Amino acid sequence: MEIGERLESGVTVLRPVGRIDNDTSPDFHARVIACLEAGRTALVDFDAVEFISSAGLAALMAAAKLAKAKNGRIGVAALKPVVQEIFAISRFSRVVQTFQTVAEGIAALQ
Amino acid sequence: MLVRFWGTRGSLPTPLGHGAMRAKLRDVLLAAQGQTIDDAAAADRFLDTLPFATAGTYGGNSSCVELAGTGASDEYVLCDLGSGAREFGNHVLHEKGPQRKCRYNVFLSHVHWDHIMGFPFFVPSYIPGNVIRIHGCHQTMREAFERQQSDPCFPVDFRKLGATIEFVVLEPGRSYEIAGMSVQAILQNHAGDSYGYRFSQGGKTMVYSTDCEHKFQVLDESYPFVPFFRDADLLIFDAMYSLADSISVKEDWGHSSNMVGVELAQLARVKHLVLYHHEPIFDDRTIDTVLAETRRYEEISRDGAALRITSAYDGLEIAL
Repeated sequence: MEIGERLESGVTVLRPVGRIDNDTSPDFHARVIACLEAGRTALVDFDAVEFISSAGLAALMAAAKLAKAKNGRIGVAALKPVVQEIFAISRFSRVVQTFQTVAEGIAALQ
Repeated sequence: MLVRFWGTRGSLPTPLGHGAMRAKLRDVLLAAQGQTIDDAAAADRFLDTLPFATAGTYGGNSSCVELAGTGASDEYVLCDLGSGAREFGNHVLHEKGPQRKCRYNVFLSHVHWDHIMGFPFFVPSYIPGNVIRIHGCHQTMREAFERQQSDPCFPVDFRKLGATIEFVVLEPGRSYEIAGMSVQAILQNHAGDSYGYRFSQGGKTMVYSTDCEHKFQVLDESYPFVPFFRDADLLIFDAMYSLADSISVKEDWGHSSNMVGVELAQLARVKHLVLYHHEPIFDDRTIDTVLAETRRYEEISRDGAALRITSAYDGLEIAL
């Protein structure tokens, strides 16, 4: 899966592209976990994500648990409307910090 | 094949209380303002226009599902014996009378209390001449029934029941011909194990899969529930928790979510998914909301034929 990465104000911004589903969630999981294992704060930019399945959300949950264990932080930003719906349906909006924009996310997490 | 739901709640029965009933009546009366309702038929037509949570209720009996129309007229098939079994038993007695001797084939998912608690109130079990065969994969079935229906917990000991009661241990993965149907069981992830059942007859298939926590790294054909659910006309599925709850605070509690139900059903080409084993803290409005969200998720994630989705309620009947 194509996942862009950049560092901004001490926050690692990961930008997956496309669908986070059965096929791509292992890659997504590996990248987010690697970021958090290294003790970094992660913000996942969902601007280019069209859809996320339960497998993708499970990967995000694993990352959130790891962040908590490592006293790290993770958030998501810029969810497209359909992905926002999925977050609401799954109740993930109550579990992972969600920001309207990447800038807002970076400001909150740095 | 007709599937009739006598109990659809998980964990314990949740009767509708006075406050909740009063609130529904108030909402109906407010909605009826300006309407002309002259007779019962007009009242029913009006009620049909209202949200299910306003004009009806999902009910509060614990797990019990009947498969009707599959065998002889005096033979019944049930999945689980939660508190809904009481009303089922009373229905049979009302229909057939206490003199008519019947055969009951029960398929138990597991012996947790909410799935067997109706049996001490299952009146046919007290009547000599009735035959009750309880099928399941747990060796502990008889012990569980005897323990719940014995001193000091219940005044009538299980061993004094009048009907002929047999426990038949099945092997998961093996196919059986029971009550005119082909039946198979599958081991499920739940404390103390639970089992799902696949029933087939006359080209129709119903799968009963409750109290199962689905954990998979990747959801594909290699996940055993995909072939088990394959092409089912009806899949009754434990969707007790939200996805977030089921993989965080309620992980390892042995239940699943609506989203996973949709994904499994889509992959297995199920025709109709029924959300079941409702969380007892959910009121009717919440269950209505979860149903709407589940249908929306199906729409978003659809890749092929549309999947029909219903939320089970006590009294629901689905013809296959």
